[in-house]
Amino acid sequence: MTAGEAGIVQFDNVGLRYGADREVLSDVSFTLFPGSFYFLTGASGAGKTSLLKLLYLAQRPGRGMIRMFGQDVITLPRARLPAFRRRIGTVFQDFRLVPHLSAFDNVALPLRIAGMDEAAVRKPVADMLEWVGLDHRAEARPETLSGGEQQRVAIARAVITRPQLLVADEPTGNVDPDMALKLLRLFDSLNRLGTTVVVATHDVHLLRKVPDSLIMRLDKGRLSDPTGALRYPPRRGSFEA
Amino acid sequence: MSWRRHADRLGGDAARILPQARLAGPMPWVIAIMTSLTVIALAGGLALANLAEQARSEIAGGLTVQVVEANRAERDRQAETAIAILSARDDVASVRRVSEEELAKLIEPWLGGAGAGGSAGAIPTPALIDVRLRGAVTEARLTDLRSTLATQAPAARVDAQAEWLRPVFGAITSLQYLALGLVLLLAATSAAAVWLAARSALGTNRDTIEVIHHLGGTDSQIAAIFQRAIGLDAMAGGAAGLVLALGAILLLGQQFAGLGSGLVAGGGLGPVDWVLIACVPLAGVALAMLTARLTVLAALRRSL
Repeated sequence: MTAGEAGIVQFDNVGLRYGADREVLSDVSFTLFPGSFYFLTGASGAGKTSLLKLLYLAQRPGRGMIRMFGQDVITLPRARLPAFRRRIGTVFQDFRLVPHLSAFDNVALPLRIAGMDEAAVRKPVADMLEWVGLDHRAEARPETLSGGEQQRVAIARAVITRPQLLVADEPTGNVDPDMALKLLRLFDSLNRLGTTVVVATHDVHLLRKVPDSLIMRLDKGRLSDPTGALRYPPRRGSFEA
Repeated sequence: MSWRRHADRLGGDAARILPQARLAGPMPWVIAIMTSLTVIALAGGLALANLAEQARSEIAGGLTVQVVEANRAERDRQAETAIAILSARDDVASVRRVSEEELAKLIEPWLGGAGAGGSAGAIPTPALIDVRLRGAVTEARLTDLRSTLATQAPAARVDAQAEWLRPVFGAITSLQYLALGLVLLLAATSAAAVWLAARSALGTNRDTIEVIHHLGGTDSQIAAIFQRAIGLDAMAGGAAGLVLALGAILLLGQQFAGLGSGLVAGGGLGPVDWVLIACVPLAGVALAMLTARLTVLAALRRSL
């Protein structure tokens, strides 16, 4: 089995531009393996958010090839995208909580979208809110939550379905160091359960907190590979489509 | 079962995904006005149809024989002869000479007291005979009667009553088409209003829609959220519109009943008509939800 075949995500010479501007991502090639933990780093404007958008299927590239979960997602019909998105958990930099839903309902949203019975929704959501320390704020609307609390709700919403791929854009940007560590532990726990995790961050201290993590560095839209992990990926598991 | 649970059933899973999603704004009021106007137009059309049907059935076998003769004695003789001939026929159900008093009342608005009843028939008026045939009046039966009367009552003129009212029926039919046109126009306007509201709501809720898409929501699930929201507005608006329209219909009904006119009295609404009227808000809800669904699906198709 080749590395490309076993990867949960495979990018090959991917380029992305918005309108007629220059490419924000150029010739990006890498493979993400199941059960791996990646940090995506780079200066502001390096293309981290654009790369994450491709990963959570919010954008299609201008060129190149992307395979996810064993399928070419560029030519995938629109109608099949939701099924793929349900396998991906996303933490947005700006949280994107639904403003008129409570913290509980925001976290429950992916389960309800997936069609889970209401009776089965309550316990995992309550457990998840307890885990992120917001069980006492379950009925609070996002506008009444602090930035850090909103971020924890967003993270709880992203991981509630135990996704195969977790994509997080600056997930610890608005929380104190203790909570940041706690959230990283949550990501690490998910990772140990088999979820592939990609965390975009500016915080270099964070990189040391997850010892087995791999680093993807973007510089002006091009991907560098300082640890060699993207060229010689570790074989921690194999993905079956 | 509570109203809330009924409302939740309307949107199925949509109610669970976004339970508080409402379009609010003027939408319920717009739908209330549209429903009200549609119900009034429909009730008007149905009442006209009933009026025309009753009038047709009443005069279907009706004939009027006029004996137009200036000489009173000769007029009376020919009228009596005509009555005798008509009464002897098997296909005639009834024959009645319109009395001079009735005749005077009929022409009084135009000729005043100097008509048939005044000063020993100062103005000669024809003798009128109201005839009811068994079955409908046909051209062949009319020709037969005319030829029968022509020899012994040459001054007799035989006319089908339906013929006199043909222009009235024509006008009623036109009004019915007008009512139907209004109902269709109002339905189209309602659909356009819902289309605009759905487009506006799509813009306002763009962020929420994006989130639901990113979490794996399908176009159909998102459309269901809008369907439910618009369906709830349409239910509220439809109910209010129906109540308003029923008030107007009952008020108009009382006023027309007060006219005491035989023609207008036939324009009431039957049980089937009331069922049709009650269906208007339901049809409005269905139309609004369908329009919302198609609008949202068409808009979402342009996104990834």
